[in-house]
Amino acid sequence: MATEPIDMEVAGMCVNEFGGAIGMPQLCGEWFGNQIFWLVVALVAIYFILSRIALPRIGSVLAERQGTITNDIAAAEDLKVKATEAEAAYDKALIDARAEAHRIVAAAKADIQADLNKAIAQADVEIAEKAAESEKAISEIRASAMQNVEEVAKDTAQAIVAALGGSADAKTVSAAVEARMKG
Amino acid sequence: MAAEAHGEEAGGLVFHPMDQFIVKPFFGDGAVSWYTITNATVWMALAVLAVFALLVLGTSKRSVIPTRMQSVGELAYGFIYKMVEDICGKDGVKYFPYIMTLFMFIVFSNFLGLLPMAFTPTSHIAVTAIMAFAVFFAVTILGFVKNGASFLGLFWVSSAPLALRPILALIEVISYFVRPVSHSIRLAGNMMAGHAVIKVFAGFAAIAAIAPLSIVAITAMYGLEILVSFIQAYVFTILTCVYLKDALHPHH
Repeated sequence: MATEPIDMEVAGMCVNEFGGAIGMPQLCGEWFGNQIFWLVVALVAIYFILSRIALPRIGSVLAERQGTITNDIAAAEDLKVKATEAEAAYDKALIDARAEAHRIVAAAKADIQADLNKAIAQADVEIAEKAAESEKAISEIRASAMQNVEEVAKDTAQAIVAALGGSADAKTVSAAVEARMKG
Repeated sequence: MAAEAHGEEAGGLVFHPMDQFIVKPFFGDGAVSWYTITNATVWMALAVLAVFALLVLGTSKRSVIPTRMQSVGELAYGFIYKMVEDICGKDGVKYFPYIMTLFMFIVFSNFLGLLPMAFTPTSHIAVTAIMAFAVFFAVTILGFVKNGASFLGLFWVSSAPLALRPILALIEVISYFVRPVSHSIRLAGNMMAGHAVIKVFAGFAAIAAIAPLSIVAITAMYGLEILVSFIQAYVFTILTCVYLKDALHPHH
């Protein structure tokens, strides 16, 4: 392939006839102007891109994110406080409910006790009445039995006296039997 | 073409590590005048487009939960913003766009320059020197505007013994004026050296016996260059911040 030597007039002293570098191309003064010009253009372009668009945008995004995080943390704190309050309220409600339950149980117990006492008292009264009636009945029965026994004893004594051949006056016999029974 | 013919003369091995730094017109041949669109122009323009793509197109959704591109853009923003704030203080934050401009340009020029057949604008001393001198003059003028004559207190080390102060002042002045030189040569030298070394290893690949070793070496150098590309952009930026801090707060 044919080499294309760069014209010495064009390339100056920085490039040899084969297009290779002579020494350090960095030190070739005739390229300085070009590089400096385009460097300034590039830097100005980057500066405007950054200062007009990129940096404010990224800064606002970062600030917004920071704000969001701060808000979220604050909201989480709020919720935590609310949760604590709710827990306290729940505990309080539980304690109240327990106390109420105790109270109701105690009241029910007292009611039942009162009813029970009343029923017992009534039962006692009824029992006492029944016992008195029974007592009375027994004493009547006993009295009537005693009378019967007296009559039977008078009749028997009269009959025995008659059988022994005596003539017994009814009054005398009954007086004797009565005296005997009292004795 | 031209390089091959040139290489044959040297006898088999082709070593043209510096040819990659030649500035030539992008369209056709001819003279390189200041307005010519050259390969340097094209790669600088690509750097600008890359910055635009990352920081403008990447963040166009402004989402609170970022996409990958937006996340990288925010990372770059946060990285430089924090650097400026940490080093220069709160009053340095208003110069953040300028420093961000320098960083984005250098980092994208460096990384785009790593593409095969690419041209690396930052490997040229003309480019880095302009940026370094721009920083130097801006910082010096800013120092005098903000602090007046007391900016000279930067050179008068008041914590040193009185007898030593004139000597220290001389050293400080010299080091101050050497700043733009070291600032620019550090970046250009690093970029140039890495690219040239890769080319030299590539030249050895013509010998079959050495080719595998050469390829391994190119790979290793390429990895190192990726690291250097970022670190040099970082170093240039952080030194800019340090110089700016001296202008804003000249007293030690």
